[in-house]
Amino acid sequence: MTLIAFYGFAGLYLLSGLLVVTLRNPMHAALSLVLAFFSSAALWLFLQAEFLALLLVLIYVGAVMVLFLFVVLLLDINLAVLREGFIRWLPVGGAVAIAMAVGIIAALYTELEDAAGAVALPADYGSAAWIGQHLYTAYLYPFELAGAVLLVAIVAAIAMTHRGRRRRRAQDPAAQSRVQASRRVRLVQLDKDS
Amino acid sequence: MSVPGPLHFLVLGALMFCISVAGLFINRKNMIVLLMCIELMLLSVNMNFIAFAHHLGDATGQIFVLFILTIAAAETAIGLAILVVLIRKRDTINVADMDQLHG
Repeated sequence: MTLIAFYGFAGLYLLSGLLVVTLRNPMHAALSLVLAFFSSAALWLFLQAEFLALLLVLIYVGAVMVLFLFVVLLLDINLAVLREGFIRWLPVGGAVAIAMAVGIIAALYTELEDAAGAVALPADYGSAAWIGQHLYTAYLYPFELAGAVLLVAIVAAIAMTHRGRRRRRAQDPAAQSRVQASRRVRLVQLDKDS
Repeated sequence: MSVPGPLHFLVLGALMFCISVAGLFINRKNMIVLLMCIELMLLSVNMNFIAFAHHLGDATGQIFVLFILTIAAAETAIGLAILVVLIRKRDTINVADMDQLHG
């Protein structure tokens, strides 16, 4: 039963990956990427990574893919131009992919034997509490670094795309040093009698 | 419950990685599909980490996946911001049109 479910989700995963790569319309590609994330989360549940599977659905399907879909909606894409070279590069891409797959899988089968459950796992393996205990003790500094990286990403993304009026009263040194006395002070000759 | 062994998941991750590498080749013009292929690559690598974490009963793999997800989200946000600025300036997402830095 578990194996049947595993192969079902694995097939869905690979199929959605193939659809992302080959579909003509970027909108459909983005939607099949959502399907790939969902089936990947289901596969992670087999490995008892509950918290990460939930996180994948929440963050990726809920936030990142929505961002992707918004950007695809913003585009007015000329699909014909973007598709040129698809057939021409298909043999090269396929050959590289098959060569890589054969190499990796051969290496895996020679180096590893498929022994499941070799190690006894703790009862709360993969739960949020278990991850939190490791994350906030041994991995505290990497965790804070990840927060800093996210902050930098937020600032960079907003700084790049923001184009409203910037309401700030900072100095503009270039404008300050461009100023010439003739543009600031006007000397007028006053008539004594008037 | 008989869980399939780690090799199943490793092969699955390898296959997905190869599919997305092929995707990088055949979608050379479309920048947004290139970004999606990079997402797929990161996802397939995460599969390896989780399989080994389960196999070895170790926390490091799962913690690492958490960090990969974080960095991938940051990368996507910046990549899409660059894409939006590019569309605004050049009105194209064709990779072949980005030749400002050509000598």
